[in-house]
Amino acid sequence: MTLAPGTEVHVKFDWPEARGPAHIRTPHYLRGKTGTVVRHLGDFANPEDLAFARPAVILPLYHVRFDARTLWPDAVTADEILVELYGSWLEPK
Amino acid sequence: MSDDLPRAHHDMGGVSKYACRPVDTEQHALTPFDREVDALRQLLGARKVMSVDELRRGIEAIPEETYHALTYYQRWMRSITDNLLRKGVLTEAELEQALAELG
Repeated sequence: MTLAPGTEVHVKFDWPEARGPAHIRTPHYLRGKTGTVVRHLGDFANPEDLAFARPAVILPLYHVRFDARTLWPDAVTADEILVELYGSWLEPK
Repeated sequence: MSDDLPRAHHDMGGVSKYACRPVDTEQHALTPFDREVDALRQLLGARKVMSVDELRRGIEAIPEETYHALTYYQRWMRSITDNLLRKGVLTEAELEQALAELG
């Protein structure tokens, strides 16, 4: 299932790097945060597996938009942060 | 962002200590070393020896103190070397011999 533009999503509050060697393309400051899907960018092999030369599942990649004020409480402007995130990290709200 | 979360040292986006420093937006000229490392990585990718994802994982595995002491392309070279040793493309002995021949 592909997430439609406008879908509110929750980024998993997960820390695989604490469980052993890992390659993660979801920045630490987005874990557990809520954003909005802007667009589906395509489907790509999971870099978390490719980084270890393991067989990789194909995952959807999205542009997800975040309000800076929800990431950093002391942000003074309503900047938007646009990040590329894989579907495996996103849960529809 | 709480400091007690297990953030990896390379995952520096949004870390508050960088919020007060101006961002260096100057273009940096590539050295001959930088160009050679880039060419080597492209060849290893084209020959399916190692992927860019494996390069990134290797860079992230560099211990924090060393990571910050190396330039951008020195980190690439460190990762390429670690990957080739781990895959058995190179042996420690071959690497040591090649370095010794360079003097």
